[in-house]
Amino acid sequence: MECLIRFSQSHETFRLPEIQALAVVEGIELKVVSYSVESPFCVVRLPSEDAARRLVRRSVLVQSIHEVWGSGTTLDAVHATVVEQTAHLWGRYMTCSFKFTIDSYQRSRSNEDKVRIINSFAYLGFAGPIKMRNPDQEFTLFEDWPFNSTPLGLADPKSYYLGRYLATGARDLPQKLDLKKRRYISTTSMDAELALVTANIALAAPGKLMYDPFVGTGSFPIACAQFGALAFGSDIDGRSIRGDEKKKTLHGNFEQYGLLSELGGVFTADLTNSPIRKMPLGTSGDGVRGRLFDGIICDPPYGVREGLRVLGVRDPEKSPWVIPKGIEMYKQPDFIPPKKPYGFLAMLDDILQFSAQTLVDNGRLSFWIPTANDEDQEIEVPTHPYLEIVAVCTQVFSKWSRRLITYRRIPDAEVDQEAMKARVENTTFLGRTADELNPFRRAYFTGFEA
Amino acid sequence: MKVLTLNFLTCAVKTCKASSDSFPLHPKDAELVHDDLEINPQLLVNVLPRLDWTALRTTSTELGFPELPEQPPSAETLEADEAMLKELHNLLVETQMMEGKLVCGHCGHEYAVREGIANFLLPSHLV
Repeated sequence: MECLIRFSQSHETFRLPEIQALAVVEGIELKVVSYSVESPFCVVRLPSEDAARRLVRRSVLVQSIHEVWGSGTTLDAVHATVVEQTAHLWGRYMTCSFKFTIDSYQRSRSNEDKVRIINSFAYLGFAGPIKMRNPDQEFTLFEDWPFNSTPLGLADPKSYYLGRYLATGARDLPQKLDLKKRRYISTTSMDAELALVTANIALAAPGKLMYDPFVGTGSFPIACAQFGALAFGSDIDGRSIRGDEKKKTLHGNFEQYGLLSELGGVFTADLTNSPIRKMPLGTSGDGVRGRLFDGIICDPPYGVREGLRVLGVRDPEKSPWVIPKGIEMYKQPDFIPPKKPYGFLAMLDDILQFSAQTLVDNGRLSFWIPTANDEDQEIEVPTHPYLEIVAVCTQVFSKWSRRLITYRRIPDAEVDQEAMKARVENTTFLGRTADELNPFRRAYFTGFEA
Repeated sequence: MKVLTLNFLTCAVKTCKASSDSFPLHPKDAELVHDDLEINPQLLVNVLPRLDWTALRTTSTELGFPELPEQPPSAETLEADEAMLKELHNLLVETQMMEGKLVCGHCGHEYAVREGIANFLLPSHLV
């Protein structure tokens, strides 16, 4: 059946990837008939009404989904298609309560116009009571107007659709997890709406294992847990996980939302010296072969506020006391191991390699990175022969933007081994100071001056 | 952290990775906590192929749980075996390690667990 998805007109580049990921999660065959980032209306083909409901029930960017009854570039054209395609259905809705609504994008209609348009559908012959609140059926005439249609004197929108309401998306879900009401957050906590979208694109679902190696205060595990997955996390900063007081901890956040049973475990660790077991990458396997996670989702440090550091000493010659002190003191419970700056690009490469080794077949890696460096050059989307890019979505701020990149772990047998050999030979990342290692950092602190 | 996590953790020291003694880590002075949680068979069936069963048997015994069978069940067998589902659920999902140490069988390094959070940070001479 043909359905119309009414999206929120926000985070436009995330909308299709989210809905396509949800089709995978729910096992639904989804065909996109028409979509544009400039419009909130997307026409899709789905196998059934039930599939339509399941498709949107966890979608953060979908307002609602409707069964298409007619479409066209004029009202007459719409009426013609409605009569042709749905006359055989009208009998079903003869006596139930109903209501008509007009949803005009980038235009407003006067009340007289609205009434006139609604009355033009009188041929449907519905005899039931009109109920404005919670009717049995709701019909909406969607109007997709181009920008500035009024000064341009346009009489009709680009297109009209008549839809019968099927289901609502999950746009109220971000309110439940809103950072403003969360017990424990920090400057790096990802906002609830995008954390949930990320969890959807990473295919979080009941029975799955998800991991965030830069967990901070837990925004991504919380989003994954909300969708029923079992979530794990780690961070090099133990204080971030432990928090300040009794309730102001990562654990306390899960407790606040009633998601404690979905918290698998969090620990303090450095991704480049990870305690997670992993095997060398192979060329054949049963789809698992020592691999653990269904999804890895994170927002790695860009090298700005939180500083990109890993375990180790930056310059053993300049500070020769550090290593012997470590040997002497490391077994003390309050010992804080030294850390050194590390390159952003090197870290991204480590994340890709780690994910290739620990994701099961068709598992997903989703992470956020800034779009450009200090010279306004696009930071290339990193690649790895074992990971196929699924989606690149962009969130635009006033002076910079960042991207959510999602990969799929390809089965061993499908990997290009020549590319793998070339990769092993070519990976070197130079630089030692924080500025050299982190192309984004310089720009951020100089205010993105051209 | 849930006991399931222990099946995923090895010694973080890179030179230990070559030795099979570095996995699983051995709990020492472990304080466990039990939560009553609704059983999720789908999770257990999903996790089954990813478990290192030999390591799980070791961990289970070391924590004082009844011995697990030598061979892991197949997915179909597990789905139908209520008793085994309950046993795995109790061990992996309902039991958490809150305090204690995790010891590497190869180098002897002890990782501390405090308030359910394990610390795998290494001093510079081990990195």
